[in-house]
Amino acid sequence: MSDITKQPLTELVENIKNKKLSSTEVTKAFIDRSEKSEKLNAYITNDFTSALDKSKKFDQKPNFNLKLPGIPMAVKDLFCTKNIKTTAGSKILNNFVPTYESTVTENIWNEGAILLGKLNCDEFAMGSSNETSFFGNVQSPIDKNLVPGGSSGGSASAVAGQLTPVTIGTDTGGSIRQPASFTGIVGLKPTYGSCSRYGIVAFASSLDQAGPMAQNVKDCALLHEVISSYDPKDSTSIDFKRGNYSKELTNNIKGKKIGIPKEYRVDGMPKEIEDLWQKGIQYIKDCGAETIDISLPNTSYALPTYYIVAPAEASSNLARYDGVKYGFRAEGENLIDMYEKTRSEGFGAEVQRRIMIGTYVLSSGYYDAYYLKAQKVRKLIKNDFDEAYKKVDAILTPSTPSSAFKMGEKTNDPVSMYLNDIFTVPVNLAGLPGISIPAGHDSKGYPLGLQIIGKAFDEQNILNIAYAMEEKINFKNKITDWWIK
Amino acid sequence: MSLDLKTIKHISKLARISVDEKRAEKLAGDLNSIFEFIEKLNELKTDNVEPLTSIAKTTLKLRSDEVKSRNIRDQIIKNSPQDNEDYFVVPKVIE
Amino acid sequence: MSKKNSEYLINRKDNQYEVVIGLEVHAQVLSESKLFSTSATKFGAEPNTQVSLVDAAFPGMLPVINEFCVKQAIKTGIGLNAKINKRSVFDRKNYFYADLPQGYQISQFKDPIVGEGKVILDMPNGQKEVGIERLHLEQDAGKSIHDLDPQNTFVDLNRSGVALMEIVSKPDLRSPDEVNAYIKKLRSIMRYLGTCDGNMQEGSLRADVNVSVRQKGSKEFGTRCEIKNVNSIKFMQMAIEYEANRQVDLIEEGKTIDQETRLFDTKKNETRSMRSKEDAHDYRYFPDPDLLPLEISEKFIEELKNDIPELPDDKKKRFIEEFKLSSYEANILVSDIDTAKYFEEVVAKMGKNKDIKLAVNWITGELFAVLNSKSLEISQSPVSAKNFAILINLIKNGTISGKIAKTVFELMIDGDKDPQKIVEEKGLKQQSDPKALEALIDKIINDNREKAIEYKQGKEKLFGFFVGQAMKVSGGKANPQLINEILKKKL
Repeated sequence: MSDITKQPLTELVENIKNKKLSSTEVTKAFIDRSEKSEKLNAYITNDFTSALDKSKKFDQKPNFNLKLPGIPMAVKDLFCTKNIKTTAGSKILNNFVPTYESTVTENIWNEGAILLGKLNCDEFAMGSSNETSFFGNVQSPIDKNLVPGGSSGGSASAVAGQLTPVTIGTDTGGSIRQPASFTGIVGLKPTYGSCSRYGIVAFASSLDQAGPMAQNVKDCALLHEVISSYDPKDSTSIDFKRGNYSKELTNNIKGKKIGIPKEYRVDGMPKEIEDLWQKGIQYIKDCGAETIDISLPNTSYALPTYYIVAPAEASSNLARYDGVKYGFRAEGENLIDMYEKTRSEGFGAEVQRRIMIGTYVLSSGYYDAYYLKAQKVRKLIKNDFDEAYKKVDAILTPSTPSSAFKMGEKTNDPVSMYLNDIFTVPVNLAGLPGISIPAGHDSKGYPLGLQIIGKAFDEQNILNIAYAMEEKINFKNKITDWWIK
Repeated sequence: MSLDLKTIKHISKLARISVDEKRAEKLAGDLNSIFEFIEKLNELKTDNVEPLTSIAKTTLKLRSDEVKSRNIRDQIIKNSPQDNEDYFVVPKVIE
Repeated sequence: MSKKNSEYLINRKDNQYEVVIGLEVHAQVLSESKLFSTSATKFGAEPNTQVSLVDAAFPGMLPVINEFCVKQAIKTGIGLNAKINKRSVFDRKNYFYADLPQGYQISQFKDPIVGEGKVILDMPNGQKEVGIERLHLEQDAGKSIHDLDPQNTFVDLNRSGVALMEIVSKPDLRSPDEVNAYIKKLRSIMRYLGTCDGNMQEGSLRADVNVSVRQKGSKEFGTRCEIKNVNSIKFMQMAIEYEANRQVDLIEEGKTIDQETRLFDTKKNETRSMRSKEDAHDYRYFPDPDLLPLEISEKFIEELKNDIPELPDDKKKRFIEEFKLSSYEANILVSDIDTAKYFEEVVAKMGKNKDIKLAVNWITGELFAVLNSKSLEISQSPVSAKNFAILINLIKNGTISGKIAKTVFELMIDGDKDPQKIVEEKGLKQQSDPKALEALIDKIINDNREKAIEYKQGKEKLFGFFVGQAMKVSGGKANPQLINEILKKKL
């Protein structure tokens, strides 16, 4: 089979179970393609040799009862992987080798998957274009010099470019959904507390969630089913009954009420985004569901709130990178000098910027005006959703206010870069699940995504809606393999 | 509001990130544009709003008092930048 | 300095100053594992052998709270007659230091687990109430070792993450003696509760001392200085004395006192400024997003209340009522839980016909002396409470005299021997047979006829001589009471 890498996850799983394909064949195919795809710069670290060994071992003693039998998979380099370098896209961790495994990746390997390597991302997941990585830009498989989005840019590129059948990313303000939207794939940010944060390099603890990225909704549901688990090692992990998301997946969404929030119609939004949204509304109706106009009045305050809360938490979470226990250390005359040089040389500009914002908003005299205020507004934003969900089952919005942009286009204007996350950030602030599905193309042929936001723990519902819409949309990603000679 | 260079220097001290004059100026520019955008929150009256303390819909779980982590000194020290079998080593602390 | 009416004042030419002291006591929670991780807390382990990935703040590691530590904090709160807060919040206190791997300490800032309470001190001039401001849970830091290498500082993280209770008093203390009594009382309460072993040498109990001074009679507080991490009561007292005088001197010279953190130099016996800490004094507290608010139910608290043993104040009250002890005696017995336990066991073992006063005298006299000389805790007493009780009963029922009892007691120390057996083996039983004693006394009078005549002529001092002779001849075994009676009759 020459088109192994084009097959979605669920097909690969079937083919391996039916012995039409061996794990070795599949693994080899993805390694081959990954090796030909260096131009994308999607990998920070590869583990191909070991992956091949593992796939051979799997084939010798296959266990077809597993959900991901012998499936090779690359993951974002924010997940700590035992004995495999984990960098978070940062110089400060560029030689760090964990002796432990994140719960989410552990869950994946326990279901039979095999690690291909670690995927590039924005430094400490801070960015919307994958341009802040210490290991360089990631190219989008959609077009040369186009950003894949961020922070899970390497993950999005790797799935869209078929270097891995599926992957996992992390999403703090849109880091799964925005790159998924930019590269024409599906990305789910689960409910806060659904996936364990144990072993994931922290950015903003109250917002971070791991989630699946895949070519289609069904793959996404299957991977989510694998990674979501209650974990006593994470105090914010929630012990609720998790569904059999892939098995219970249905395109029957008749009678569902879908909210259309008027506040997402923002100033200066391109017409093609508005058109996409209208198309989405039509698809919903075509599926037999109902759309209802709703209001989320505090939407415009979400991004300013996010840019207080996330940097504040980050400034504290990143204090541990001090050159003492692991990672990069710059020489200094004394302890303080060492700290200051290590952190100045070890962190990139965007990370430093956010640490500075966070330090400032928490500092004496400013806490109430910024941090406390933001936590109050966050409450209001959450209340907006609670209110809306009294009337609707889910909410439909565009995933991003524009399609992917060119590299370097926004690097000198942090605020315009931040505005990318305007539709995704409220979901993180309210701790809700959100999924982005590819829904069309802009005039340049770049993918555009729609976002479905659900109630807390209602992943099954938004997966079903996405699944139903996916069928109607019948999206085809335009991958030209431009990066392969 | 506007962040001056003195404030930038003060924050960089707190954050333990050394910042030279040039970088401080660049940072001041960036941060000011970001804060200009953040100031939008001032439009909202929040006097009677309770701040959100946790987004997770659960209560804090308590674990039992058991020693599970044994001596893993080798693992702990392995990644440290300056080699020593027993300790983490840092440049002399001056009080 | 004067101690008029036992008031502690600092005197200068025209002024008298009162010292105002508040204490922040850090008490290590007696738990097997750390506050937010599962590594051990044993004292004296090899460096960095009790450090988990969480304690060393590896990327992606998260805190999970230890239930036992929460219970210990609540129990301590109950022991301090304090309000238990059903909802408390863990905050991050952000600062950089080599022995603080996370770059922040998890503590409780705005919403501590325990609110206001009080402690009663027994001072020579009466009781004194000291207010407790709060008690909160927090992580200990690691240890920086500066003297192993000329260029470098070494870091041991064994202590990193160990649970501490910070107990903050109100500024109610007025003298080094009160500080002494306060620390001892806190330690006593926590040892009764089993929440902290109070061992200052091992650092399980440390304190930051806030000191300010003001003119006597003034209602306003002066500017305070915080003396960090003093680890013995003696040093605390010395530090307060030095610091109070330093502040008074500044005022007398018309200078101002800077609010600052100071360090007590035990070698020079002085406090000095820790200015290096001042620059970074913006801890940027905020609720730890890795943890949720700690919510506890009324039932949870009630169950812990049922678990609280009789505490020193109640025990003292009971000892006074039940055993007719003086307040002074009761204080000595209850201040240390092991002493109280020993005493109560002795009382129980003495049975029906018991002499409690005698037992108390012997515990605070002979037993304490032996423990002192051997540097032993009462829990390590070479004489068990059971044998001790037998000894007291032997005195009480006249089997041996008090003097002989001392001999017996010395023999008991070696291997906790049964005093009854010692008395039998060594033939130390008191001679209480009146006939035998009469014969003995007749012989003595006979042998000392001249002295007997002198006595009868009025030289009453000689009575003692005859008693002495009787004891000597009997080898100390004669019942002194009977000897007295018989001698009086015969002479």
